[in-house]
Amino acid sequence: MSFTDKYEMVCGVETHVEMATKTKIFCGCSTEFGGEQNTHVCPVCLGLPGVLPVLNKEVVNLAIKAGLALNCEIAEFSKFDRKNYFYPDLTKNYQTSQYDLPICKNGWLDVTVNRANKRIGITRAHMEEDAGKLVHSGETIMTSSSSGVDYNRTGVPLLEIVSEPDMRSIDEVLAYLEQLVQIMDYAGISDCKLEQGSVRFDINVSLRLKGTEQFGIRTETKNLNSFSSVRRCLEYETERQAEALDDGGEIIQETRTWDEGRGMTLSLRSKEEAHDYRYFPEPDLMPLVIDRDWVERIRASLPELPAAKKARLQSHGLSEYDAGVITAARAMAAFFDQALARIDDAKLLANWVMGDLSGLLKTNGRSFEDSPVSPEQLAGMLTLIKKGDISGKIGKNVLEEIYNTGKDPETIIKEKGLVQISDESELGIIVDGILTANEKSVADYQAGKESALGFLVGQVMKATKGQANPGLVNKLLKEKLAQ
Amino acid sequence: MTIFKSLEELHHMLVNKEISCVELTRSYLDYIDSADSQVKAFLTVTADSALMKAAKVDKKIAGGESLGPLEGLPMAMKDNMCTEGIPTTCGSRILKNFNPPYDATVTERLKAAGAVLLGKLNMDEFAMGSSTENSGFHPTANPWDLERVPGGSSGGSAACVAAREVPFALGSDTGGSIRQPAAFCGVVGLKPTYGAVSRYGLVAFASSLDQIGPLTTNVRDNALVLNAIAGHDPKDSTSVPFVKPDYTQFLENNVKGLKIGIPDEYFASGLNPDVAEVIQKAIRTFESLGAEIERCSLPHTEFAMPAYYIIAPAECSSNLARYDGVRYGYRAEADDMIEMFKKTREKGFGQEVKRRIMLGTYALSSGYYDAYYLKAQKVRTLIKQDFDRAFEKYDVLLSPTAPTTAYKIGEKSDPLAMYMGDVYTIPVNLAGLPAISAPAGFVGGMPVGMQLISKHFEEGTLYKAAYAFEQNTEYHLQMPALLKEVR
Ligand SMILES: [Zn+2]
Repeated sequence: MSFTDKYEMVCGVETHVEMATKTKIFCGCSTEFGGEQNTHVCPVCLGLPGVLPVLNKEVVNLAIKAGLALNCEIAEFSKFDRKNYFYPDLTKNYQTSQYDLPICKNGWLDVTVNRANKRIGITRAHMEEDAGKLVHSGETIMTSSSSGVDYNRTGVPLLEIVSEPDMRSIDEVLAYLEQLVQIMDYAGISDCKLEQGSVRFDINVSLRLKGTEQFGIRTETKNLNSFSSVRRCLEYETERQAEALDDGGEIIQETRTWDEGRGMTLSLRSKEEAHDYRYFPEPDLMPLVIDRDWVERIRASLPELPAAKKARLQSHGLSEYDAGVITAARAMAAFFDQALARIDDAKLLANWVMGDLSGLLKTNGRSFEDSPVSPEQLAGMLTLIKKGDISGKIGKNVLEEIYNTGKDPETIIKEKGLVQISDESELGIIVDGILTANEKSVADYQAGKESALGFLVGQVMKATKGQANPGLVNKLLKEKLAQ
Repeated sequence: MTIFKSLEELHHMLVNKEISCVELTRSYLDYIDSADSQVKAFLTVTADSALMKAAKVDKKIAGGESLGPLEGLPMAMKDNMCTEGIPTTCGSRILKNFNPPYDATVTERLKAAGAVLLGKLNMDEFAMGSSTENSGFHPTANPWDLERVPGGSSGGSAACVAAREVPFALGSDTGGSIRQPAAFCGVVGLKPTYGAVSRYGLVAFASSLDQIGPLTTNVRDNALVLNAIAGHDPKDSTSVPFVKPDYTQFLENNVKGLKIGIPDEYFASGLNPDVAEVIQKAIRTFESLGAEIERCSLPHTEFAMPAYYIIAPAECSSNLARYDGVRYGYRAEADDMIEMFKKTREKGFGQEVKRRIMLGTYALSSGYYDAYYLKAQKVRTLIKQDFDRAFEKYDVLLSPTAPTTAYKIGEKSDPLAMYMGDVYTIPVNLAGLPAISAPAGFVGGMPVGMQLISKHFEEGTLYKAAYAFEQNTEYHLQMPALLKEVR
């Protein structure tokens, strides 16, 4: 690859996060996703003549919370501005946003890529309103005879989080984005449903010759809404830029769009056509004065964030990998923590949560949020395994039974008679029977054929329908064969 | 004739059953029918809904229920305040056929007070102008001389009250748009403190300056209307939660010891000497009533006009960006979308509106923002500080409302000359203060208004001063000759 040998990428990301409020940023309309077109609207979010915005305080709460989670300074004095432009999905033809005095600034996030730690700066995070959605009658805007606008999304509160151009590899970008989304999810800022467009990324990327300091000319690709699109887009765009530079060409500073189907970026508009947004303070809203008590109250309400949770899980003996997988999704991590409160074996628990239970949920198209197996039930079952009451193998069946019936593990093993046979005398009788019935194997073993033991163990297990304690069977067989 | 009565008198007539509300409404509608063909104050007359509302009030009277002070009384509103289902054009062709699906807060409050809406009033397009000649539909005439302008932009509101077509009307004031036409038409016009009356549903011109206020034939009526419309509104973030007094309690005909400042800058060149004389006489009247008069200075006054003509157009360029022919109002035919936007705005907006959109777009654009907009905001702060200092010493400031009386329709073709007509009213909007214009005399048969300015939320002091003046003069009792003819 020409690019990695010769060039270094410089990347910064603007992330738009739809905040999880019940109502819109400047009116009382619902923010619920979907719904029949233009049903979650009122004169205010439609920008009819004469209407005025009223700021939803919950939006400010969430913005402060997000800022704290991203190690930002929370401004004591902040205000809204109008960003004036002409666009079909914004009714007022200006967006109420924040410009020179954003609510959050100067934060950072630490990510780990290839065992190396990297701090990525966060320039600012500001509040703004979302726009509506264009609905074309045909496949694309060019082939449509008409286009409508669905304003249900207009006025949904957004937090725009702008990173520093600190990322130097695609892996760093993805590590940053994944962690950012995790934090937004953990802190309850957003539902983070990427597939519904509740998180969108604008990617700024440029290349420079390795070892040089000065930034190259960058492009901005707008509105990516999945990690895989970001990866593919960056692969394409860095390659495209490298080729252009190798050919002695120049990169044009421009806005591009990602064509998912064709797997390429396309020019949207160049810098020459770039908008002069004509920002000025929003006269319909009062400046925002945020007292420190307010900030401290929110700080106190912050939950444990992914990085801290991961470190804590590692302190319980989990590998970095396992701790990473479990903290990746808030629901799984929450489930894990609830179970961990009831069983003091993080490793065993992690294996079951990441393995069997995850598999079971995935097969049935469910998630940890609505898992039919409760953390208490899983912990209960694992306790039975640890006590030796059931084998791991039976455990798998028990888990499925819990999943299907909702019954507690103790009830299930009692009802199904699944309790492991660990009684030496009871098992001794069965072992004796097997030895009598398999004289040939006994002879083989005594002649030095080790594998015969395995066969005999298998026979005992078969005879007990798998309920015999395997360790005990081994021990008894060896004792009796030695006699 | 009922049409020459005050709100208080009309209220008593209804309560005493000297006239039914339907009769009262009908007599006003009939009078509008004849008078307005000359004044042309109305853009829409809502006769049917008015009579229906009046019938409801009559039922209430018949049922022995008591009536609020505005209940059953006729009124009209400037056409930039939203009225559900009733055209709200803002005086612009671009909003022709726009029937808002909601009521402005002032509309709601007047409805709740039981006032009967007779119609919507002409205005300079989007409230930009000082003569009501810039209406997208037709100019309005001054009832005192039909060849003269009523002033603007609330010219329709002032003219219809002066012609007694309604006992009260609402106007809006961005740079003097209530006070200047009130002065030109010889009526009482109040621009309340910014934040005292909700702007929700007022089609925005310059959001940080706009304020709704009442126009009436006398001070008491004005206070009664303010009682109904003032007060905090959670739908307007700039509306202030303040304790609203009963404004009529200030009407006590006593200004003894009231400290009145006379700002030198408001009596400089540009002021018509005859108007100056009328105002000097008014000052002497106050003196004779026991007020303490003193000359004072508002040193940054000369910068108010240029600052205003940066800030107001900047805000208007943004507020008017939504009119593109897509969702409501007028739409021009065109081959493609961009062409349609352009043609709609080209044909839908008048010249003055376009001029100000251009000015504002320029002033906000990158590279010019600091030189214009930011500097204008700094001037605004200096002007506020001028007033703050003055109000450390004075209860009220007194000045002419406008430098001249009403001029002839078509006389002022230079927009800059027109802008100068608001030179005394604009600083008040920049500072967000309350101010009233009340009849102070006549020059050549045309009314002259005096402006009284007070501290934030001290509308009561303005009413007190204007009421005392009114009780000791008879200017407010004079009526245009037109009325006698129409009658
Ligand atoms: Zn809404």
